[in-house]
Amino acid sequence: MASVQLKNVCKKYPNGYEAVKDFNLDIEDKEFIIFVGPSGCGKSTTLRMVAGLEDISSGELIIDGKVVNDVEPKDRDIAMVFQSYALYPHMTVYDNMAFSLKLKKVPKEEIDKKVREAARILDLEKLLDRKPRALSGGQRQRVAMGRAIVRSPKVFLMDEPLSNLDAKLRGQMRVEISKLHQRLGSTIIYVTHDQTEAMTLGTRIVVMKDGIVQQIDTPQNLYDHPCNKFVAGFIGSPQMNMIDAAAAEENGKVVLKFAGQTIVLNENRAKALKEGGYIGKTVTLGIRPEDVSADEEALEKFANSTFEAEVRVYEMLGATSLLHFDLDNTGWVASLSGRTDARPGDKVRLAMDTEKIHIFDHETEKTIVD
Amino acid sequence: MNNSSLERARKIRTAGIYAFFIIGSIVMIFPFVWMLLTSFKTVEESMMVPPTILPAAWQLKNFTDAMASLPFGALYKNTLLMIFWRVVCAVVFSSMAGYAFAKLNFKGKDLLFSIVLVQQMLPSQIFITPQYQMLAKVGLTNSIFGLVFPGLVSAFGTFFMRQAYLGIPNEIAEAAYLDGCNQWQSFVKVMAPLTTASMAALAVFTAVFAYGDLMWPLIVNTDLNLMTLSSGLATLRGQFSTNFPVMMAGSLLAMIPMVVLYLFFQKQFIEGVAMTGGK
Repeated sequence: MASVQLKNVCKKYPNGYEAVKDFNLDIEDKEFIIFVGPSGCGKSTTLRMVAGLEDISSGELIIDGKVVNDVEPKDRDIAMVFQSYALYPHMTVYDNMAFSLKLKKVPKEEIDKKVREAARILDLEKLLDRKPRALSGGQRQRVAMGRAIVRSPKVFLMDEPLSNLDAKLRGQMRVEISKLHQRLGSTIIYVTHDQTEAMTLGTRIVVMKDGIVQQIDTPQNLYDHPCNKFVAGFIGSPQMNMIDAAAAEENGKVVLKFAGQTIVLNENRAKALKEGGYIGKTVTLGIRPEDVSADEEALEKFANSTFEAEVRVYEMLGATSLLHFDLDNTGWVASLSGRTDARPGDKVRLAMDTEKIHIFDHETEKTIVD
Repeated sequence: MNNSSLERARKIRTAGIYAFFIIGSIVMIFPFVWMLLTSFKTVEESMMVPPTILPAAWQLKNFTDAMASLPFGALYKNTLLMIFWRVVCAVVFSSMAGYAFAKLNFKGKDLLFSIVLVQQMLPSQIFITPQYQMLAKVGLTNSIFGLVFPGLVSAFGTFFMRQAYLGIPNEIAEAAYLDGCNQWQSFVKVMAPLTTASMAALAVFTAVFAYGDLMWPLIVNTDLNLMTLSSGLATLRGQFSTNFPVMMAGSLLAMIPMVVLYLFFQKQFIEGVAMTGGK
């Protein structure tokens, strides 16, 4: 296994389009790094640059202390699992898994041992003689993983490997990949646009937008302390509620006014707004759906941050219920634990957890306080 | 409409479709049947007005005459050698060129491919004179290589194989590179085996074209022992300008390789026609 460093890596195409801009990242040995972001944000391009399938326009890619910008993909000792699995259709499962070892002229007995071991780990033992077309989506996915495992590479690259599976299988495979990472102790770089995969699998997540790294952090920190509005909105489902609010000082207290409502901020948020010179200016208020509550205890505890809303849509998800409502024509969601009697058309009183309010600069969209 | 009238309308429609295809089949098969029957007739019978359908007596002499007039053994050998080498060259070189045009990035790729397309669009007769001059200069007329020469590379084959490679996802080649293949290994071990159906179709097309090629073999090889079946038969016409039964017997004998080829590669032939949108 190995460490990987990307230093000021850029990707610029001949037509002038910059897919990746000044990408910097240090990946430690055995880390599970996730690249996440919307389509076209440059995450797959970055992965392909690490694999050697795309040239690096500028910057340095270092694997195990060695600059590998000009090293051929086959000589980087990297294995990749593709979104489409890219299995060789004319070869059996066994041959697909053994192919790279045969090219390396590994002795037959050793190849057999490694393939059968990988097949055992991935529960593919009974499928070794089948061709890929005779396999289900989940089985193909496992073969693709097996093909990577047998090589014992320095780094595993995975490009949206679960996106072609149905929701149930995706959940199962997510767990399998997590187990595999623990078992192999390997360095993995994983690309996804599915934030559930990102949050559950990654030791660190790289959030990208328009070719620029927005934030690199642990899943928990990304969720609790997003560095800007984009990250706050991208991580979390349902996504964070946001609304423009006017910051003001009334009777010695800092308040936020929005949609005819006024909430009083707690001390540290008030201090941050004051020190930042935001009083009298517009800021963006953000709060996660689960931090908006309708129960009596919360209404009492956060009496200074309650507001009224008319329920537009009610969704029962089992353990939680979602109430959709509009504030100043902006859609908001409250995720309530337990059950609620509120139904569409009802007016409900809701409270925001003042400790969980995020405030963003209206112009730069950077976090002021969270 | 009730059920019985619907049923009747459906039957009439089906009968109409069948009638259409039966007539079409008769039109297609008629020349072959006429050739077969004529090959067993006498010269007089073959030219009779009104024509007779079946021969009065089945003449096998026409076949012996045809075989005596032409060195059929040499013609078969020359034809098979020409077909074999043209097929091998077309499949190998078209695969390589098609792969390069479909999957590799190099300077001038689009320009080169347009040149290939232009060559395909021009009538092949245009190339006959320069090709003949080239061969004549190196003294390779009247040789098997002379017969094979225009089929060494194929613009149609290059285009056809390029389309086949375009249908293979890039990820498969990329997976091969990451598995340790170089460009050549990726082509030979991974990509080419995925185009075997297209290769077989191209082989069948090339074989059929080579077998039917008359003008080039007639020009490049004037020695009867180095001619192909098609050019040899053409000389038969010169010698027996009115002896149609012998000509038809010779044509029937010349058809044997193609019939055998078709029987062996029926599936590939039909798949190939379907692939090119000709079906």
